[in-house]
Amino acid sequence: MAKFERKDKKELQAISTASLPDIVFMLLFFFMVSTSMRDTSLMVSNKLPEATEVNKLEKKSLVSYIYIGPPLKQFQTLFGTEPRIQLNDSFKGLDDIRDFIASEREALKEEEKPLLTTSLKIDKDTRMGVVTDVKQELRKASALKIVYAARKAAK
Amino acid sequence: MARKIPEVNASSTADIAFLLLIFFLMTSTMNVDTGLTRMLPPMPDPKQKQEDIEVKRRNIFTVLINKSDRLLVRGEPMEVSMLKEKTKEFIVNPNNDPNLSEFEEKDIPLIGKYRVSKGVVSLQNDRGTSYDMYMKVQNELVAAYNDLRNELSTSMFGRPFNKLDKKEQEAISKAIPLKISEAEPKNVGGK
Repeated sequence: MAKFERKDKKELQAISTASLPDIVFMLLFFFMVSTSMRDTSLMVSNKLPEATEVNKLEKKSLVSYIYIGPPLKQFQTLFGTEPRIQLNDSFKGLDDIRDFIASEREALKEEEKPLLTTSLKIDKDTRMGVVTDVKQELRKASALKIVYAARKAAK
Repeated sequence: MARKIPEVNASSTADIAFLLLIFFLMTSTMNVDTGLTRMLPPMPDPKQKQEDIEVKRRNIFTVLINKSDRLLVRGEPMEVSMLKEKTKEFIVNPNNDPNLSEFEEKDIPLIGKYRVSKGVVSLQNDRGTSYDMYMKVQNELVAAYNDLRNELSTSMFGRPFNKLDKKEQEAISKAIPLKISEAEPKNVGGK
């Protein structure tokens, strides 16, 4: 006859946490693969406009960024509230764009130099005056391939 | 005498992994870069004499945006919502309207003879135009071209444009070239 043995139930067994590191590592790898490192810290507020017809930027190494927008709160005492241009990690003027493009181009391989793309990340409240000036500078620097950065809107 | 090797305590691996996870969460961004790709026209050579390329009036589709974000399309005020349809009508010109764009018969690989539109969309803006509006208009114009390309590619290859392979995409792009010119800056109506 089968005999049912009652286990000692006085003490609750602790939940094993041996798999916890594995779970966290899985999360970690997911984020490492799906994200990219932040290379600049934004100093301007940057609400991008929405567009439906956007396409993805393919090669990130070929892209250099120009940020335009009103400075963030902590910089407003120094730089005012008018939209300004940020290159790399500092506010720059229009004249610096050519040097910026030149140095970005220098960093690329010889065969990739003509493929340099400039992504214009422009706050949507900016007036076109600044944008037009920047575009003229880019034409002078013959960085003709540009991307107007925009968020993908639902159709 | 066989000694029992004590097991390494692994309970802190979780903490270490958490630390790493939080570090990566803080320092990385997830956003994929998207946007509208455009080619700027090269700067004209100052030594060379400016030669205006003659474009017939019927082949230009002027879109003006003024500083209060109003649209003027071929001399008539218009809402943004209408722009896409009007642009498409201008490029396709189904009824051979003498006011809309002209055509040129071209032999295109994979498609054959196709009447390629000579129409150019010219986008002009004021310095006071808001970037948001500018992007909306740009988006509508690109949407018009994309729609036409999709229509052609579904009728030719039975698939939308972005599902085609490289060669087919090239053929379609030749049949319907994206011609949006961002004119030289002008001050329309002062600051």
